[in-house]
Amino acid sequence: MADGGLLMAGELILGQATSGPLLRLTEPVSFWGGVDEKTGQIIDQHHPQYKVCLAGTALLMGAARGSSSSSSTLLECVRLGTAPAMLLLTERDTILPVGVAAAWEIYGRGPSVLLLPGRLDTRDGEQIRVDKQGRIYKCSAIATDE
Amino acid sequence: MIRLSDDETGMLAGASGPAAALSMRVILAAARIQGAGRLIPIASAHVDSCLYHGPSSLDFARALLSGGGRVRVPTTLNVGGLDRSRPDLFAGPASHGEAARQLMDSYVEMGCQPTFTCAPYQLPGRPAPGTDVAWAESNAIVFGNSMIGLRTSRYGDLIDICAAITGRVPYAGLHIPENRAARAIFTVEQDALSRVDEDLLPALLGHHIGRRTGTLIPALDGLQAIAVTEDWGKAFGAAAASSGGVAMFHILGATPEAPDLAAATQGKPPVLTERVSGADLMAAHRELTTGAPGARLGGVSIGTPHLSAQQLARLAAQLADRQVRVPTYATTSRFVIGSDPAAAQRLEAAGVTIIRDTCTYFQPDIIDPGAMVMTNSAKWAYYAPAMLGCTVILASQSDCIESAVSGEITLSGRHG
Repeated sequence: MADGGLLMAGELILGQATSGPLLRLTEPVSFWGGVDEKTGQIIDQHHPQYKVCLAGTALLMGAARGSSSSSSTLLECVRLGTAPAMLLLTERDTILPVGVAAAWEIYGRGPSVLLLPGRLDTRDGEQIRVDKQGRIYKCSAIATDE
Repeated sequence: MIRLSDDETGMLAGASGPAAALSMRVILAAARIQGAGRLIPIASAHVDSCLYHGPSSLDFARALLSGGGRVRVPTTLNVGGLDRSRPDLFAGPASHGEAARQLMDSYVEMGCQPTFTCAPYQLPGRPAPGTDVAWAESNAIVFGNSMIGLRTSRYGDLIDICAAITGRVPYAGLHIPENRAARAIFTVEQDALSRVDEDLLPALLGHHIGRRTGTLIPALDGLQAIAVTEDWGKAFGAAAASSGGVAMFHILGATPEAPDLAAATQGKPPVLTERVSGADLMAAHRELTTGAPGARLGGVSIGTPHLSAQQLARLAAQLADRQVRVPTYATTSRFVIGSDPAAAQRLEAAGVTIIRDTCTYFQPDIIDPGAMVMTNSAKWAYYAPAMLGCTVILASQSDCIESAVSGEITLSGRHG
């Protein structure tokens, strides 16, 4: 059971029920060359969220920027345990979801990927939980998955 | 809801082996993201996954190989992590070099051709206009769509080999003719053409337009007096795909889907209309030049994307029998070298290091990180400072070569 309110019903494309603190990307980032797979931090010095760590977050984002090798970088992040807990997509961009699909195939783990139908009105740091149906909840305490 | 053919349903169920089933699941995840209703067959693929990014690159390739992964369509390979003919040039950790080599071999084992070039359009047997293909590598994608009239979405690592193994891609993106219309119109002013060295014009225009257009498909007007050769389109596309998300462009009167404005826009009103001035191209030049004239010249890098046979011959002719005085790199493919070994020998005799199978910016140890490097490539100028730590002067090929010979930065003036 969620102990917070239902925010939105998304479409769960990959993964499973999961949770993490919301982090909104203020600008697109290229994972390749822009995210350090060893730490999950943004290392693109031109990015406004330089040094912010993406590991374990509910990452709210539009299209990925830059290199299509970003699929490989995200796969390496999953291997090293530095990937986000979920990708909340507002644009139909396949670069990162492809890396996620490969991760589930070869490692049996990875972020969940959700397509959102519209704006998600929530603050950074707010704990977000998604269920197996793709419903997105705001939760005030750690929720336990059934 | 994605409708699958019997063949596709069979692959998903494992009728063609575990690797084909795995690949089909990845393709279908992408299809769901894109909202595609069906898959379509492709005639060929160009795969970038052979470039090593860490142990997971090998884990993925081995999962495909152990599942019987074989490509179903003719498939070329993008650059790998090292020049197989010059292992001495790879100065990184031996374990990394060995992994990069194994990864390249894994993709050859799956039936891909060992082309190892970022310019598959320079290889023989390229598909006819209108053919659906799955190409990865941003400069190849933009060239294929724009200069040849191939139909490819922006594929990248991992999905590229899945498309090659299944022979299928989602019917979405630039495979759909309606999505290929120009949505931004850029009129290039005469003053932009006259103020810039003709060798640098496509690089500077590409960088500027990539910045301005983002992911909108641009159409360029005002270039009717310019000879838009394949090498011109290559330099323009590579620059625009680096500074923006450009996967296709039209040049009115020159590219195959743009005999005129109405054809390029498919009659749709543009969402962006701009003029491009000489000042815009000067600004693009300043943005890509991080080094200052007067600094010590540490090297010269030519050939990003890989040199065509014409460019290789022109480079050899420009050097004539002179010697370079600073480390000078010319990057191209095995195939292009094989097509003109005499030009390659003349370059090597002049002291130029020829790099094949890879790109200089994946070889961090061949260029002194504190050095200032000259290049005629906007793409190299865009990526090299972050990847290699060097500073860059973007200049015409002639200026690059004259500087390499004199050992000092030599600029002819009209460089932008």
